[in-house]
Amino acid sequence: MPAAVLPRLKQQSVVPGFGPALGFTLFYLSIVVLIPLGALALRAAGLGWSDFWQLATDPRTLAALRLSFLASLGAASINVVFGLLLAWVLVRYDFPGRRLVDAVIDLPFALPTAVAGIALTSLYAPNGWVGQVLTPLGFKVAYTPLGVIVALTFVSLPFVVRTVQPVLQDLDRDVEEAAATLGATRRHTFLRVVLPALLPALLTGYALALARAVGEYGSVIFIAGNIPYVSEIAPLLIVIRLEEFNYAAATAVAALMLGVSFTMLLIINLIQAWSRRRFGHGA
Amino acid sequence: MQISVRGLRKEFDRYPALHDVSLDIRSGELIALLGPSGSGKTTLLRLIAGLEFPTSGSIFFGSEDASRKSVQDRNVGFVFQHYALFKHMTVADNIGFGLKVRDRRTRPSAQEIRRRASDLLDLVQLPGLDNRYPSQLSGGQRQRVALARALAIEPQVLLLDEPFGALDAKVRKELRRWLRELHDRTGHTTVFVTHDQEEALELSDRVVVMSQGRIEQVGTPDEIYDRPATPFVFSFIGDSNELPVTIQDGSILLHERPLEIAGNAAPKGILSKGAPDGAGRLFLRPHDLDVVDAGEGAIAGVVSGVRRTAGARMLEVEVAGRDRLEIELPADDQRSFVGHVGLRPRKWQVFPA
Repeated sequence: MPAAVLPRLKQQSVVPGFGPALGFTLFYLSIVVLIPLGALALRAAGLGWSDFWQLATDPRTLAALRLSFLASLGAASINVVFGLLLAWVLVRYDFPGRRLVDAVIDLPFALPTAVAGIALTSLYAPNGWVGQVLTPLGFKVAYTPLGVIVALTFVSLPFVVRTVQPVLQDLDRDVEEAAATLGATRRHTFLRVVLPALLPALLTGYALALARAVGEYGSVIFIAGNIPYVSEIAPLLIVIRLEEFNYAAATAVAALMLGVSFTMLLIINLIQAWSRRRFGHGA
Repeated sequence: MQISVRGLRKEFDRYPALHDVSLDIRSGELIALLGPSGSGKTTLLRLIAGLEFPTSGSIFFGSEDASRKSVQDRNVGFVFQHYALFKHMTVADNIGFGLKVRDRRTRPSAQEIRRRASDLLDLVQLPGLDNRYPSQLSGGQRQRVALARALAIEPQVLLLDEPFGALDAKVRKELRRWLRELHDRTGHTTVFVTHDQEEALELSDRVVVMSQGRIEQVGTPDEIYDRPATPFVFSFIGDSNELPVTIQDGSILLHERPLEIAGNAAPKGILSKGAPDGAGRLFLRPHDLDVVDAGEGAIAGVVSGVRRTAGARMLEVEVAGRDRLEIELPADDQRSFVGHVGLRPRKWQVFPA
């Protein structure tokens, strides 16, 4: 009974075109995403296991990868906290210039990242406006891993704000009022009522910010100083290897980045699916 | 818990939502705030709850001034129209929320909280649903859970904001009866807001009729229906007909004819006290009018239509070519009505225009 086996595909629907839509989706995804990534995997596989291992465990590669992912995780984490705060202020309070602030949020999207990098560098350099204040206090930002985090935080901020904002807007006020009538303080209401409702959106924002930060290149290379083993990010290392015509090493680093990124995004998606189920949407 | 509202005024952005409202709510009473949208009934309820703060005036819980107390300290149970359940918590966690957020000294043990939630689920007749999520319940069930959650904190008063507004008609009727029973059993002072007059009259001990931020009348359902204090109350509660009349020396003239004509079998009319001479508004209920032969009765008119409703027959009569009256007749009234008829009011009420 094939009809019973494939009920989903055979069922009449008011939204027709499942077959062509799915076909096109797969075709499009293949051209735009899967084939380039497949070629990358193929190149990496062509290296041979021992060559690949040697390239992958090269201390400079490892240091770059560690910096890239740790700085991205740090930047995404910072943005989850402050992005939520920004979204909160923009949704909950009405103040003169709110629309202006709202528009400013998107600037990191629009700005060429090199411009952002140069601007940040001139600010945080020891003789820059911010650097002048921080250097005597013992903080060195430009040309250190800290600078990398600053740049990544800058470019990935809009992702958290823009994913949380609509959800926060749709959050019913009466749920918070209900918590208040039941005796919950603002802190309790936020932690137990508002935050769980925002969690799926926050995780999405986190994943997007993380993905953006991992792939960021332009803004970081100006502020990082690019000292090997210290402030050199993985995407830069790939470019360096390419400039040395060392395609094998570039491919190895790229394949590693791809693997780690995919794993992280998968984990975040799983957490998200779990929290969605818990939230009662999946039931 | 007795609640006294004294000279309460509330403005939103300079726009007054409540003007100088005073009201006494007796302990253990089930009282309805009834009015059209924009009448200020929900604002009054939210002020009592502490979800809004008055521009002026005060609210007493017993002898204690609660006006400046925060909502958390007022210990009120509030039920929202759209349930406002916490979607990510099970039913039991929803009900236990108010106990769980108490500080350590007054918080019952986790076991005790679960037991209380279970007991309350029995009380609202949803036993065994402890571990469901709100999304797995029907609207009626969700509202019962919301009520159980409000009752869990052992509130001094129970406030319900259009509690049945989002439910379909049948469930609404069931829940209405059920809430009355629950109130009689638990004896909480209960205030509920509704725009459904049937609900207000059937469910409450007393009804507060509101319009445009003012209280029009406070009274038992009988008083509200039979002795409306203002034209607004008369026309808002139940069906009504209105005719323009003239008041002269304490008697009423309809189209230059006195309303109480000879041979009219003792009509019961109310002319509101001290009505000055001049224009007046005559109000009549559709079921307080008898149809008689043309030439008899106090009002003459021409039949313009007959409609059958569920349990009655509605006759439409045009008076003086201008005003339309509706008359409710028993469904089994087999007389045929055409052309000129006379109308004999059994009860009526006149207000100065």
